[in-house]
Amino acid sequence: MATVTFDKATRIYPGGDKPAVDALDLHIEDGEFLVLVGPSGCGKSTSLRMLAGLEDVNGGRILIGDRDVTTVPPKDRDIAMVFQNYALYPHMTVADNMGFALKIAGTPKDEIKRRVQEAAKILDLEQYLTRKPKALSGGQRQRVAMGRAIVRQPQVFLMDEPLSNLDAKLRVQTRTQIASLQRRLGVTTVYVTHDQVEAMTMGDRVAVLKDGLLQQVDTPRRMYDHPNNVFVAGFIGSPAMNLLTLDTVDGGVQFGDTVHPVERSALAASGDKMTLGVRPEDLELSSTGLPVQVEVVEELGADAYIYGSLAQPGRDAHQIIARVDGRRPPEKGSTVHFTAKQGHVHLFDQNTGQRIEATA
Amino acid sequence: MSTPTTTPGTTAPGTAASRTAAAQSLQITAARPYPELLDLPWEVPLEEWPDKHLAALPRGISRHVVRFVKIGNRVIAVKETNAEIAHREYRMLRLLNRLEVPSVSPVAVITGRADRDGEPLNSVLITRHLQYSLPYRALYSQTLRPDTAKRAVDALAVLLVRLHLTGFYWGDVSLSNTLFRRDAGAFAAYLVDAETGELYDELSTGQREYDLDVARTNIAGELMDVVASGALEVDMDDVIAISDRIISRYRALWSELTEPESFERGERWRVEARIRRLNDLGFDVGELAITTDIDGTSVRIEPKVVDAGHHSRRLLRLTGLDAEENQARRLLNDLDSYMAAADRQNEDEEIVAHDWMGEVFEPVQRAVPRELRGKLEGPELFHEVLEHRWYLSERAGRDVGLDEAVHSYVEAVLPGKPDERAVLGVDTQAIRVVADD
Repeated sequence: MATVTFDKATRIYPGGDKPAVDALDLHIEDGEFLVLVGPSGCGKSTSLRMLAGLEDVNGGRILIGDRDVTTVPPKDRDIAMVFQNYALYPHMTVADNMGFALKIAGTPKDEIKRRVQEAAKILDLEQYLTRKPKALSGGQRQRVAMGRAIVRQPQVFLMDEPLSNLDAKLRVQTRTQIASLQRRLGVTTVYVTHDQVEAMTMGDRVAVLKDGLLQQVDTPRRMYDHPNNVFVAGFIGSPAMNLLTLDTVDGGVQFGDTVHPVERSALAASGDKMTLGVRPEDLELSSTGLPVQVEVVEELGADAYIYGSLAQPGRDAHQIIARVDGRRPPEKGSTVHFTAKQGHVHLFDQNTGQRIEATA
Repeated sequence: MSTPTTTPGTTAPGTAASRTAAAQSLQITAARPYPELLDLPWEVPLEEWPDKHLAALPRGISRHVVRFVKIGNRVIAVKETNAEIAHREYRMLRLLNRLEVPSVSPVAVITGRADRDGEPLNSVLITRHLQYSLPYRALYSQTLRPDTAKRAVDALAVLLVRLHLTGFYWGDVSLSNTLFRRDAGAFAAYLVDAETGELYDELSTGQREYDLDVARTNIAGELMDVVASGALEVDMDDVIAISDRIISRYRALWSELTEPESFERGERWRVEARIRRLNDLGFDVGELAITTDIDGTSVRIEPKVVDAGHHSRRLLRLTGLDAEENQARRLLNDLDSYMAAADRQNEDEEIVAHDWMGEVFEPVQRAVPRELRGKLEGPELFHEVLEHRWYLSERAGRDVGLDEAVHSYVEAVLPGKPDERAVLGVDTQAIRVVADD
């Protein structure tokens, strides 16, 4: 087991004008489950493939533990790509299906047996070792495939969208299984997904990338509560955070017909407008505040989500999402007012998109 | 949050067709329209399709449900998967086809399926069945000869080099993901499963090495499985030797095709020699970089663009016959000896080829009764007849004529061969992991 370090690692595709991954600095702790997430083209898969040795590194270094692997061939990096190989062999026992790669590598028989036993124990497959894969359920077969990677005892597991070909139900199940298995094994894992829900539910820490640049790396909680910029704020969370461009006034920002108070230091750091972010659950129905025309009410039982647009003449229509009490949701077509919970808004510079911190 | 893609129209009671129309709104993406596709029961999960539509029942379990289906006089392979993967693989296969990489041809993607109750069903990817192609488990009936396994691996090595030259990273190279066609005693390999593949301008060494490592591991695993089934009697060392072959064959071919070569200025014949070696391997040189050092004493050549199919293209140009590379080589050799025997070497090649077709090739094809024509493709049949003639001549101690050879072959050999025009349903034997049950 080992740490993984991207040290200003850069990948520029031949003929590309800007890097697909731009000076990535990222340190992953021993045993950590790190998720790389971002929209398509953000560089997350490229970063993983750089670590796997599938992409040339044009600048910087990549280390596994203390070892610089920047130019080491994939098979000598002591990593395992999980779920890349789906096929189980019908005539071989579960034990042979798990251990066959070790046999090819010339590992002694006793050693193979021991490692297969260990992996089977962790995977809850001990009683199936002598059976053929046909006798297993879908979930058990998946665990056999995991077992193949586990018996190799790699320093790092790499997973690139491993759940993308599963249907929604199986995806949720498998997500939980992978996360809990990783915690039991304690093997450093780098996992790529485009799905922020997957990222937030699985990772010890999450790294958000966009246009080849690392936006933020943090625990899911911190990422949710404290996004560093407008992109992360809008990307993390479902439904997404409301991001509004508001006029700054004395003592705060103009929030409909009220003023949402903002610390003096934060106001001083911005111009005459700033971007205010507020999550759907941090909006409260009120008699004053932001006027919203309700377009869709999505009732989920205890809660309801309101999808509406900002009802302000002279302003661009702006989609607003708010969570309200499911027992008394406003009616579709009505106009309601929202205020934002104090201490639960996020302020960003309107030009740079960077978070503005109140320093007082 | 995904919404079902079905359009719940007004439910009209009455015929099954009108119920179908009401329950689903299909989106069909296809390069060419196949009206027959509309007649298939898309509102039924593939697993439950009635036998009348199926060309064969697959054995074993697959990650995706795959069925071979008859439409008109064609056979198509239908694979159930999610819409995103189906579209992606469809686009990838179209690209590979356009790049003339040997792979199965995509026919269509169908999304928006729903059953009669309006429950959404998986999307499907449809590919054309490749005639006379064989999954590796159909390369043998009872036992797999180690030599057959070696030839399959050799064919896979050629395919992998061709894919890598095109910039295609496969990600899951295996015998199971390949189809084989007979090629004059050898095999020609075709890519079947492009699901994990990606296309780049150029591959990195790491990508090529990873594909090779995966190939070696998968081939060994597949052979170990055949050994476990009792159909291959070799020990572990033999398995490793056969699977290691993918690496040695790949590297030898890759370096001959791509590596620069330097020599003294006086040895200019080596340029010609390199081109001839590449031609012999079945490749044409599209572009060759030649550089000399400053004082002009040494020359460096490096093939920049090589295209597979040297012999196939020549045969196609001369005769209009579409054949695999080794078959083409074999036929061209016969054409050359015909030319020599008739003392027509100085004549226009096209004209002699035309006569050879009429006097040699076509009579052999016509000698095969209609009911036996599905057994082997024309060029492969011709190759077999030539082999048979050689065998007869040796036994008889005299030169046996083609007429005699073809009649003996049709009588004694061909009837015992399996019908290979459409060998179906054996390629899903590897149990895929993600089978939701």
